[in-house]
Amino acid sequence: MSAPLINVPARAKRGDIIIIKTLISHEMETGFRYGTNGVLIPRNIITEFVCTYNGEEIFRADFHQAVAANPFLTFYTVATASGTIAFTWTGDNGFSENASANITVE
Amino acid sequence: MMDRGTQTNPTRRKLLFGASCLAAGLGTPLLLAVRRAQATPATMATAIRQVVGEASVKPGKVKLDLPPLVENGNTVPFTVSVDSPMTPSDYVKAIHVFNEKNPQSNVIGVRLGPRAGRASFTSRMRLADSEKVVAIAELSDGSFWSDSVDVVVTIAACVEDGIP
Repeated sequence: MSAPLINVPARAKRGDIIIIKTLISHEMETGFRYGTNGVLIPRNIITEFVCTYNGEEIFRADFHQAVAANPFLTFYTVATASGTIAFTWTGDNGFSENASANITVE
Repeated sequence: MMDRGTQTNPTRRKLLFGASCLAAGLGTPLLLAVRRAQATPATMATAIRQVVGEASVKPGKVKLDLPPLVENGNTVPFTVSVDSPMTPSDYVKAIHVFNEKNPQSNVIGVRLGPRAGRASFTSRMRLADSEKVVAIAELSDGSFWSDSVDVVVTIAACVEDGIP
């Protein structure tokens, strides 16, 4: 339904600062808009994003209604060890999506 | 026949121009009138207080990168970067972004640490009006630093919510 797109370098040198890019498809309905029938459209947004590197949390974001539809995030981390970088998005109406990428650190 | 054509054309053009000017003039206040509850500078100050508490927020160290003129308020790309060495003893704990006139003052809040290497992130926000956007960074020593940008928005986000 909302396949996330993630971009993590496949390999990096130990100690390098790497850039991580994520994009997830989501309408991010604000809860402030009215539909054509005059009824308020209920809020439906992603509220939280967490990124872990080999199980250790490295980045977390709290989204509010002012985040544009299809939330896009880029951030940095230091490549410390080979392993898995995992991403979790959670939101209203039980929304939950996961993704992960492997990185080789030399 | 040729004469008539050259005579009628300018008047028709003038009429159309006049009509469009009138429509544009009428349309602007209408759009403003139907817009509902917005966050005001006061609610933004309250939202900032909820995050920083009693601490004072100093300008500097933070760089909020936002286009000064935005065509479409539905997706406004922005980058916040903080001048910090990002060592275990001196790093950025959190970055928060606030707006002045959206229905809700908070935009995004991120938590990071010395593992980030670089205290910077990029995302996209919605802007309902030409307004001020503020970014505040919380450092590991407990101090708060901020940067603000005034943005002009030509097509606002959420204008469609005014149409009944």
